[in-house]
Amino acid sequence: MCIKDSDHIPLLKVKSISRYYGRRIGCRGIEFELWPGEVLGIVGESGSGKTTLLNCISGQLEPSEGAVWYASNGGVIDMCVAPEPQKRLVMRTEMGTVYQNPRDGLRMHVSAGGNIGERLMANGLRHYGQVRRKALNWLEKVEIDSERIDDTPTTFSGGMQQRLQIARNLVTGPRLIFMDEPTSGLDVSVQARLLDLLKSLVTELDLSMVMVTHDLAVTRLLAHRLIVMKGGKAVESGLTDQVLDDPQHPYTQLLVSSILQP
Amino acid sequence: MKKQFNRQSETGGGRSSVMEGYNFAYLDEQTKRMIRRTILKAVAIPGYQVPFGSREMPLPYGWGTGGIQITASLIGSEDILKVIDQGADDTTNAVSIRRFFSRTAGALTTTRTREATIIQTRHRIPETHLTKDQIIVYQVPIPEPLRFIEPRAKEVCRMHALKEYGIMFVKLYEDISRHGRIAKAFDYPVLVNDRYVMSPSPIPKFDNPKMDRMPALQLFGAGREKRIYAVPPYTKVKSLDFEDYPFEVERWPHCCALCGSGNSYLDEIIMDDRGSKMFICSDTNHCNERVARGHKGNQEEPVEKAQISIGTGARKCA
Repeated sequence: MCIKDSDHIPLLKVKSISRYYGRRIGCRGIEFELWPGEVLGIVGESGSGKTTLLNCISGQLEPSEGAVWYASNGGVIDMCVAPEPQKRLVMRTEMGTVYQNPRDGLRMHVSAGGNIGERLMANGLRHYGQVRRKALNWLEKVEIDSERIDDTPTTFSGGMQQRLQIARNLVTGPRLIFMDEPTSGLDVSVQARLLDLLKSLVTELDLSMVMVTHDLAVTRLLAHRLIVMKGGKAVESGLTDQVLDDPQHPYTQLLVSSILQP
Repeated sequence: MKKQFNRQSETGGGRSSVMEGYNFAYLDEQTKRMIRRTILKAVAIPGYQVPFGSREMPLPYGWGTGGIQITASLIGSEDILKVIDQGADDTTNAVSIRRFFSRTAGALTTTRTREATIIQTRHRIPETHLTKDQIIVYQVPIPEPLRFIEPRAKEVCRMHALKEYGIMFVKLYEDISRHGRIAKAFDYPVLVNDRYVMSPSPIPKFDNPKMDRMPALQLFGAGREKRIYAVPPYTKVKSLDFEDYPFEVERWPHCCALCGSGNSYLDEIIMDDRGSKMFICSDTNHCNERVARGHKGNQEEPVEKAQISIGTGARKCA
């Protein structure tokens, strides 16, 4: 991560976000800032509100309270009250979301090339040759054989589907990526390759990332900072190494101690 | 109720007497008013699908329930109606709908494109250029062009509202990557007035250029899907394409075997069990008029191995 002169305002500023499902709490009073080039990990047990928080800040779910300020190329906008066209434009040009289940993020009956090209064409590219070239280029970057460009994701392995999802999101050169448990459901060796790929892409493209996971090893490898959630609240936050090596909150201590030691 | 079967000649037929017990043109006045209001809204927003309270009509869905409701709400005692199905005036669907309006509205019917004031059509636009005094009514099975690529109706509405049509190009991209060209041959999506992507009903893409800046009012009715949309006269209608794969219509190496026409849409007719075939105009009125003017095709020699080529293909015709 390098700090530039232009980086004097945070890319994303989350002001006490809450989301209620009726009387049940999704997440409550979450606050953080994300700076350009930073990777933020959100960890917690299942049902702790991680995905709810991610959906709220990525514009897919309307929070019940709070505000999300995003410093887009065209100025700072509040994602919660921004007009729909502006919000969707920002979401498909400057942001990307990688889902836990590739079926949510990919069009399964559309070829790999079509999946990668969708965002380009949505942003106005009307030249087949150029779409094709960029698709091939990105397939190479995410280490998928270029011969598979006309195959549908249904014929891909889980790891390939996940890498295709990443390519599909990164093709328009976004600044901010949201990831919802990108590695769960993959076996350990595939996980390692995917993490390796993510790490190199993040540094190469100077991406900022918010990553939800329950896998502490993943956060240790990728995240600069960490938020630990429990029962919809942030119980602890700080630098990744600091939180993992010296956990203060009882829940975090439990979480860290539950990692299997080889 | 008196049964009346006044046979009328199909070209420039006489006025038959109207069936008793039915309102003029079958639908009640309130319904017709509702449909006319819908049409006005559709004309005001070219290409936008306006919902309407579609009624049960005495014909099955898929036979033109949408088109027939539009025609019923527009037709007046002075109108002359032409109905075509796949370009032909003499198919069951066309004959039945013509008879329906001659019996319920006492409407004059015709097969001559030039004479008609309202033309209800399924799957074709007549070869004869339409004028500003005419209305063409399309029968539409599925009005939503984005349906097959994005099944969520709510999401599709949002895409229309925000003019997000990238997904339509994904469909075209898939065609090119699979077939080497845009293989969609009918119901080819168009952009109306630089705003809404619209399904032109299942007309062959051969007819798409005719929609662009057409002097006649174009109305589209989908009865089962309860939608009406419109293209007002002289409105820009652009078929979607890529810069390096431009839109093009199909061409045949043959001419019509009956009238020798070299620039009309041809149907392939199987002649016998040995597989010999003949290519004739799909627009029967266009073909008949040319024959009446003395044009001739080489009817005697059925084409043995026919191939439809795209784009190029010069025809030497009579």
